[in-house]
Amino acid sequence: MSRTNSESFERIPLYSDLPFYRKQKRIALRNCGLINPDHIDEYIYREGYFALASALKSMAPEEVLAEVKTSGLRGRGGGGFPTGLKWEFCRKSPGNKKYVICNADEGDPGAFMDRSILEGDPHALIEGMILGAYAMGADEGYIYCRAEYPLAITRLGLAIAQCEEYGLLGDRIMDTDFSFNLHIKEGAGAFVCGEETALMASIEGERGMPRPRPPFPANKGLWGKPSNINNVETWANVPNIIRNGGSWYASIGTEKSKGTKVFALTGKINRTGLVEVPMGTTIREIVFEMGDGIIDGRGFKAVQIGGPSGGCLTEEHLDLPVDYESLTAAGAIMGSGGLVVMDEDTCMVDIARFFLEFTQRESCGKCVPCREGTKQMLLTLEKITSGKGAMKDLDTLEKLAVMVKEMSLCGLGQTAPNPVLTTLRYFRNEYEAHIRDKKCPAKACSALISFVIDKEKCRKCGLCAKNCPVSCIAGDRNTPYVVDQDRCIKCGTCIEVCPFQAVSKE
Amino acid sequence: MSPNKVQIEERTREIVAPWKNRQGGTIPVLQEVQKELGYLPEDALMVISRELKIPASELYGVATFYAQFHLKPRGRHIIRVCRGTACHVRGSLLIQEKIKNILQVEDNGTTEDLRFTLEPVACLGACGLAPVMMVDGETHGRLTPDKVMTIVESYE
Repeated sequence: MSRTNSESFERIPLYSDLPFYRKQKRIALRNCGLINPDHIDEYIYREGYFALASALKSMAPEEVLAEVKTSGLRGRGGGGFPTGLKWEFCRKSPGNKKYVICNADEGDPGAFMDRSILEGDPHALIEGMILGAYAMGADEGYIYCRAEYPLAITRLGLAIAQCEEYGLLGDRIMDTDFSFNLHIKEGAGAFVCGEETALMASIEGERGMPRPRPPFPANKGLWGKPSNINNVETWANVPNIIRNGGSWYASIGTEKSKGTKVFALTGKINRTGLVEVPMGTTIREIVFEMGDGIIDGRGFKAVQIGGPSGGCLTEEHLDLPVDYESLTAAGAIMGSGGLVVMDEDTCMVDIARFFLEFTQRESCGKCVPCREGTKQMLLTLEKITSGKGAMKDLDTLEKLAVMVKEMSLCGLGQTAPNPVLTTLRYFRNEYEAHIRDKKCPAKACSALISFVIDKEKCRKCGLCAKNCPVSCIAGDRNTPYVVDQDRCIKCGTCIEVCPFQAVSKE
Repeated sequence: MSPNKVQIEERTREIVAPWKNRQGGTIPVLQEVQKELGYLPEDALMVISRELKIPASELYGVATFYAQFHLKPRGRHIIRVCRGTACHVRGSLLIQEKIKNILQVEDNGTTEDLRFTLEPVACLGACGLAPVMMVDGETHGRLTPDKVMTIVESYE
């Protein structure tokens, strides 16, 4: 006969005891991982569609809008524009055909919070969109989801079908006069489509290129009609705000940034994953308490926040309470909430180059400052990381950065220089080391390092020579192995295969 | 067996049909054609252009703007190596180099036997498992260069 062993129960910690979860407050992610996203009933068990039912039954559209305004919710896709205000513009815009759109084109490398909501709790964003449509007077909506997320697209499709069956989408929702239809549009792989005007062009079947604003989408959006775009995380917060009240949401967070934000914690850190924390939580709490610090006990160097539009922050910013204002002041941005932790083996010049390579490739080419400016910045950075830089390149880089930032047409170009500007601001010494000493302090830039075998440590096993893809290591049973520096392609295979740690980077 | 011109045109016409008098059909049609044929053959693009009354030049503009569309045949298996930030700091460049070495192809290249196409991508959104690659629909995470060979070999 088995009996309850209290000790074995005590061994199992509660979620709230785990350091990863202890300080989290899950609002947008409240159901993720807890319910089966394929079953609408499971969402309803968790008070899903309660907000919609009460809004349709007892609230006028203006009242729904007022709650969102009171909540202080701001756009979670990066811009941080007050959601209630954006809704109000669209509501007041004349016209009897309006659209609401969900931006699910999560393109920032290092961000996957929207994916988690799309795949783990699709009904949360659908309910948010129906509420938004009711508040703004829209009768049609689109979810623009990137094609790289096939599971998200499948689950959204299933969720929409279930809503139609339950009478939560379609004509006369819950027997009221309110009707709303929702469609999915698959993206086709263009980062710039995360920009709202480019996204709408893409839905219309055009190349996804942004256009000047005004006119703003609230006045002239999709197919020339008033439209409102919010991102996945923003929409997923809405049902919670309507269910619990705007002032409840406004009681969380800091003075100007209300509620919670989901961060994708990744990089050289022990515990990776999504953390949803109240605004104002410090980077130290996120990186060292929830993320349990740097892997292999290495030293913390920087945290890259906000993706290609964001910036790199340092040790001195660890106690910075994270909100829209404080991050912008430090030269980064909230962005979509990617938080990539870097240790002393990460080269900050290489990181700047990495992001520029990305934004340069994804620049749509419409406006000259972004198309040509990012290209010249990238060439300059490549010159520096390959050891051919001159000190005056740093001035050129700074000038170009300011020009691209101020003159580009859309958010892509306006923020593309941020990784360069913040690394120049906080890690100028690394740039100088590359230029003046022709050294990469983090030993990451392959042109500035060489692989060397320590004669004393080499046991002449020959594994390195056997595995070298270009056969540039020579030696035999009696002579220690040596790397031919002229032919070495710096792939690092020898370091990996050496059982005696005799190979090192210099 | 790859389809001939007539088959391509016929199938494309079927795919375009429901979009003929509707807005916003271009991208869904291109996606559907590519899903069926693996890429966008010129013959298919000419049919779409005629049926949707969009100049072929404009269609070409759209098809080359988006990373997802391909104008040349691709391999049976698509290897997508994630080059996002989290993967980058955890060494995805080495993974990419290793695959290029194994397959003897360049980025976005296809092996001669049409077995594999290698596509570096901006971010797969699986940053917690960095470095990551996706072969067809399957995600492989926490990669090291020596794990790559076994994974690649398991796809025929």
